[in-house]
Amino acid sequence: MSYLYFPGCSLKGTGRAYEESLLAVFRALGIPLTELADWNCCGATAYMSIDEHQAFALAARNLALAESQGSPADGAVQLIAPCSACYLVLLKAQQCLAADIALCQEITIALKEEGHCYRGRVRIRHPLDVLVHDVGLSEIARHVRQPLRGLKIACYYGCQIVRPFALFDRPHDPSTMDDLVRILGAEPVSWPLKTHCCGGSLTGTIPEVGWRLNYLLLREAQRRGAHLIVTVCPLCQFNLEAYQDQIRQRYPDLAPMPVLYFTQLIGMAMGLPPRELGLQRLLIPVDGLMAALSKEGAHARA
Amino acid sequence: MRAHEIYPNGGPRIGVYVCHCGLNIAGKVDVHEVVEFAKTLPFVVVAREYKFMCSDPGQEMIREDIREHRLNRVIVASCSPLLHEATFRRVLEQAGQNPFFFQMVNIREHVSWVTEDPREATEKAKALVAAAVRRVIFHEPLQRRRVPVKDHVLVVGGGIAGIHAALTLADAGKHVYLVEREPTIGGHMAMFDKTFPTLDCAACILTPKMSAVAAHPNITLWTYSEVIQVEGFVGNFRVRVRRKPRYVIEELCVGCLQCIDACVYKDARFPDEFNLGLGKRKPIYIPFPQATPRVVLIDPETCIWFKTGKCKRTCLEACERKAIDFEQQERIEEIEVGAIILATGFKTFDARRIPEYGYGKYPNVYTALEVERLVNAAGPTGGEVRLRDGRVPKRVGIIHCVGSRDERFNRYCSRVCCMYSLKLAHLIKERTGAEVYNFYIDMRTPGKGYEEFYDRLLQEGVHFIRGRVAEVTDWAITPEEEGKLIIRVEDTLIGVVRRIPVDMVVLAVGLEPQPDAEEVRRMFNISCSKEGFFLERHPKLAPVSTFTDGIFLAGACQGPKDIPDSVAQAGAAAAEALALIDKGYVELEPNTAYIVEELCSGCKTCISLCPYNAISFDEVRAIAVINEALCKGCGTCVAACPSGAARQHLFEDAQIFQEIEGVLAYV
Repeated sequence: MSYLYFPGCSLKGTGRAYEESLLAVFRALGIPLTELADWNCCGATAYMSIDEHQAFALAARNLALAESQGSPADGAVQLIAPCSACYLVLLKAQQCLAADIALCQEITIALKEEGHCYRGRVRIRHPLDVLVHDVGLSEIARHVRQPLRGLKIACYYGCQIVRPFALFDRPHDPSTMDDLVRILGAEPVSWPLKTHCCGGSLTGTIPEVGWRLNYLLLREAQRRGAHLIVTVCPLCQFNLEAYQDQIRQRYPDLAPMPVLYFTQLIGMAMGLPPRELGLQRLLIPVDGLMAALSKEGAHARA
Repeated sequence: MRAHEIYPNGGPRIGVYVCHCGLNIAGKVDVHEVVEFAKTLPFVVVAREYKFMCSDPGQEMIREDIREHRLNRVIVASCSPLLHEATFRRVLEQAGQNPFFFQMVNIREHVSWVTEDPREATEKAKALVAAAVRRVIFHEPLQRRRVPVKDHVLVVGGGIAGIHAALTLADAGKHVYLVEREPTIGGHMAMFDKTFPTLDCAACILTPKMSAVAAHPNITLWTYSEVIQVEGFVGNFRVRVRRKPRYVIEELCVGCLQCIDACVYKDARFPDEFNLGLGKRKPIYIPFPQATPRVVLIDPETCIWFKTGKCKRTCLEACERKAIDFEQQERIEEIEVGAIILATGFKTFDARRIPEYGYGKYPNVYTALEVERLVNAAGPTGGEVRLRDGRVPKRVGIIHCVGSRDERFNRYCSRVCCMYSLKLAHLIKERTGAEVYNFYIDMRTPGKGYEEFYDRLLQEGVHFIRGRVAEVTDWAITPEEEGKLIIRVEDTLIGVVRRIPVDMVVLAVGLEPQPDAEEVRRMFNISCSKEGFFLERHPKLAPVSTFTDGIFLAGACQGPKDIPDSVAQAGAAAAEALALIDKGYVELEPNTAYIVEELCSGCKTCISLCPYNAISFDEVRAIAVINEALCKGCGTCVAACPSGAARQHLFEDAQIFQEIEGVLAYV
């Protein structure tokens, strides 16, 4: 199956490591990914609350582009949206357009102005869904070169990919990432905050509140014995990783905790070069941890 | 046959009566215009209007006209025939006419209530009256048939509803077969310690009724048994019941329980179903001390003899009455009954379906039913509220509406959870002195003494927090939360998200239909509501009847109900069943199908289509034969018959075509 890929603005900016690792992993698995040409901002959740119609039009333009550029499989073009916000906004737009004929006509007219047309034949996918359900865990296991033995991981799904549309996992207690992590040789810790809020843009608007939410997430991961957090969302990754210094000034019990994209973790297990996975971009590096683990492993073997 | 051939004395003489129904009809339809129009139609001798045709004066008017104008056909244009067809047919009968020379026109539900424009409504009413006039000319005199009724009643389900219905009927002198799937009767009520709002002991009020069932000469009690087949019709049901082997001869066992003591397993070690796995039992056991019948049973899944064929079988020696029979086989009993009462009860919502509440993940999250066993003096802890590790909880949270009023699962309110949560809150506080928190959406306490009980709990210092709980977690933030379960909830009365640390969480699970309700529904040929509960014939006026004559409903199989409501409904169902069988016969409507023998080609098409198995094949004459007693008049065979041999009384081709032509001719 071939996939179109909608990066969204984060994966070209703060989330570059996400894009790099995603592309590297798909390349290594032999799955072609084609970036959607001429894509535009998804509108994110903010635009939705200011002007829903324009936000829908923005999202629908991307869907129309996907329809004209992709080759359909099972009646629909497969469009991968790795950023949780993009994934949710595109899905929401799609579902609202399907449910509301009047809205759909309005958006169709708007798209026509620019020569686009959207017929509802796009299937919006999250890469986690594609990797676990299309590629399959056993296929990924076949590509694992350096199992991540001894690594304890808190899998962080965030709120947007499973709610309100729980299309590939359970809404309150998702497990696909945990299964994936296990295949890579690591151990997912039991962590009840899988889908709790990272604060979203609160870290920028009311930092005290946003930082506290991130502190609670980080501290609980630490208490559960996790070495690192793995996430699927650029904003979650940024919030959890970038503010750790500020958080520590208020809550000194917090130790540094690396926060990786799940694709980076897969790439590491597959033995891909760290630079291809954007590991050098991590603010809290992971190599020290990995070295310690492998030494421990060697020790155990000896 | 032409109309005038039926009535050589001048042909059909029709009276048309148009009802105002107060303003229900007259507010939209110009009744006077309809009457004037009716007078112009062929064979109409008299046409009148009246404010309430169903009232005594209205009926009398029709009777008088029949006598005075020698009417031999009557049409009433009023409400749905479901309401008053029987009334007006009786009017014809009283005036000496055959009641089937009558046609009802529904100008209320079909016209005035659903048409906006008064002009259109009037025109539609006129068209329907014109159709009825054409139709009724071709009506024929019909006779209702009487069929004798069997004197016995089957009650399915031995919970409080089934028990009450069975005792009521048995006391009235009717023989009752009470069939229960579990090894004992008693149902859910037998599991409770106290009942709300009076807090009287459930066992104290239930067990006398259970022993009365066991001792009653008019009740045949079959526990550990299931109905597997139902045939026949009102008054004459043939039912097959499978009696599962308990490996103990019921007639011989006196319930001394020495076999249980003698079992090679010295300790009880298997999860005990009656205590929902909170207690343990041996392979040979009795569900609880007051089980009825007081007969032990052997579970072949856990008994060593059944599993390996190697056991000293010390139980055999221990039984002085030689009641244990390892060779026992299942038995099929066949009975004939006149009426059936379904009292198959409910199941509680599976709390695992809401993973965020942690049932099955955190050991100290319990369902309310489990806590009923914990607070029960005969339960696994002897009535002490203890956590799985033996600690006494100091703080307890009760979460309401688990699986109820939730669009993900069941939209309906389960009706009993608010009250049983109050009861459990009281009992837990009484036994442990714990702080008890109730998390509710709305408190629903309508019922005699219920609101007062709620008030009492408030006085007792039980906490009430209004809001649907988001999650139960072991994620502690503060030192006080360490080692506790934390209930996260938005307190919607003060607009704050709260975290309440507790030792024990009780999930007030809702009531759902039994998992096999759909199969049972099919077996008894009744309907289910969209939630899956058995459907009553009418929500207000026929709450214990079903759409299948002779089958009645009692208790929570019809919808969530507490004990008083279940008992009331069981009494009503018993009364309805009694009224049916006591009369000794049933009258069957004559709107049945029949076969014109000369036309039947014997193709058997109708036989496979009949949903009521009412058609058989006469091999000698090679034609289909309809059993009028079984026929419900659905018309399937009539529509399907390729040679036009299957016909139906009151739905003859001539009648239907004339009706259609009447509408078309007017329009």
